[in-house]
Amino acid sequence: MAQTIIPFGPQHPVLPEPLHLKLTVEDEVIAEAVPAFGYVHRGLERLVRIRDFQQMVLVVERICGICSIIHGMCYCQGMEELMGLDVPPRARFLRVIWSELHRIQSHLLWLGLFADSFGFESLFMEFWKIREKILDTHEATTGNRIIVSVNVIGGVRKDLDSAQRQAMLDMLGEVEEAVRRLEDTVLSDYTVCKRTVGKGVLTAQQAKDLGLVGPVLRACGVARDTRLLGYAAFNELDFEPLVEEGGDCHARCKVRFREIFQSIDLIRQASSRIPEGELAVKVRGKPDGEVVSRVEQPRGEVFYYLKANGTKNLDRLRVRTPTFANIPALIVMLPGMALSDVPVVLLSIDPCVSCTER
Amino acid sequence: MLTMTPNILRNLVNPAATRRYPKTVRPPFENNRGVLTNDMAICTLCGTCAVKCPSQCIQVDKKTATWCYDPFACVLCGVCVEHCPTGSLRQGREYPRPVLVKAPVVLQGSIKKKSD
Repeated sequence: MAQTIIPFGPQHPVLPEPLHLKLTVEDEVIAEAVPAFGYVHRGLERLVRIRDFQQMVLVVERICGICSIIHGMCYCQGMEELMGLDVPPRARFLRVIWSELHRIQSHLLWLGLFADSFGFESLFMEFWKIREKILDTHEATTGNRIIVSVNVIGGVRKDLDSAQRQAMLDMLGEVEEAVRRLEDTVLSDYTVCKRTVGKGVLTAQQAKDLGLVGPVLRACGVARDTRLLGYAAFNELDFEPLVEEGGDCHARCKVRFREIFQSIDLIRQASSRIPEGELAVKVRGKPDGEVVSRVEQPRGEVFYYLKANGTKNLDRLRVRTPTFANIPALIVMLPGMALSDVPVVLLSIDPCVSCTER
Repeated sequence: MLTMTPNILRNLVNPAATRRYPKTVRPPFENNRGVLTNDMAICTLCGTCAVKCPSQCIQVDKKTATWCYDPFACVLCGVCVEHCPTGSLRQGREYPRPVLVKAPVVLQGSIKKKSD
């Protein structure tokens, strides 16, 4: 049978992200998958030459809509290390609360999209309905639904008073109950299992060799999570990375599903232990030197390299996003699969192309 | 196989999760970062907002005493409001409304003399 090359994306009905794959197909079976980049390149890293280092916090938040606060947090942590700033404890706890809230909404968004990828529309609607509660809490506490803009170099811009924290905990109780109701459907429904179990299998060794990160790596049985570094206030909270065996799409789904409850637990812990105090320290002087900053995004580890030269503009900003690290997995997973399974396997790595191409 | 059935039944009985917009509009939250306004009676045209703005949507001309703001370049981050020394900049709760013509907002202030 002759080979055919099918372009998958950059605009494809199953994927809102403009990821472009060239799929070489024999009959209905993938022989080779080659990803291509650059469709939505915006040149945000280059903006460091034009915007000053404090304005860049708001620029890096716009690299990705879904994990905006975590991008901002990673950049701020790097700059704080560079300038020797000691972030107040209350700000560190607030960063944990908002970033975990962001992780929940990202995973709910992904679970919805994942259900949509195999045609389970009602499950998709259910998850997005739950996600609205989180977005409303974002709006009520920070003033915006997605781009929350709470980070500044040296701390945070907004505070959470006890009434807001209580409202947040009440909302999380409702979210937990609603997500729990869908547990059976997501994890053991016949249709879902038929489309996900045994698809796109990766072994732990393969995952390590490919340098995968985040839930994709943890679904292969490797307990690696950047939150274990103890940045922000994670060193003061009890948490263990969630690991699943199997390395297939179902295991990745399970990891993300269970991480929602883990994040809810982390917010409860942070909310009960949050100390009183100021929200931010004053930034004095200009940054100089270079630094690497790493934090855990919903999709995995994000890596920032910052180089400053003692002026208000940085020399270089380099971002390595988790999707960029996870795309090599597709090259290994897709060959040998049916064309109809491509959307499911593709979505199982939770691709964020606007992050990757910046 | 029928694990979604209780949820589907619940959805049939429960009220709709969506609102009939624009007939029913939810009031904005208290902390919403909405439209930006400037009270030119208080504004000293110091230009701090123009310097701090990450999207460079504010221009301040001290010679002609004008404060120019492009609402369509503004990202509603609220940094200018935080840094305004006189408190003349305020951010409302409402999100910007859609318009037919994208025009910048130009406000005329008064030129302050040193003796003032």
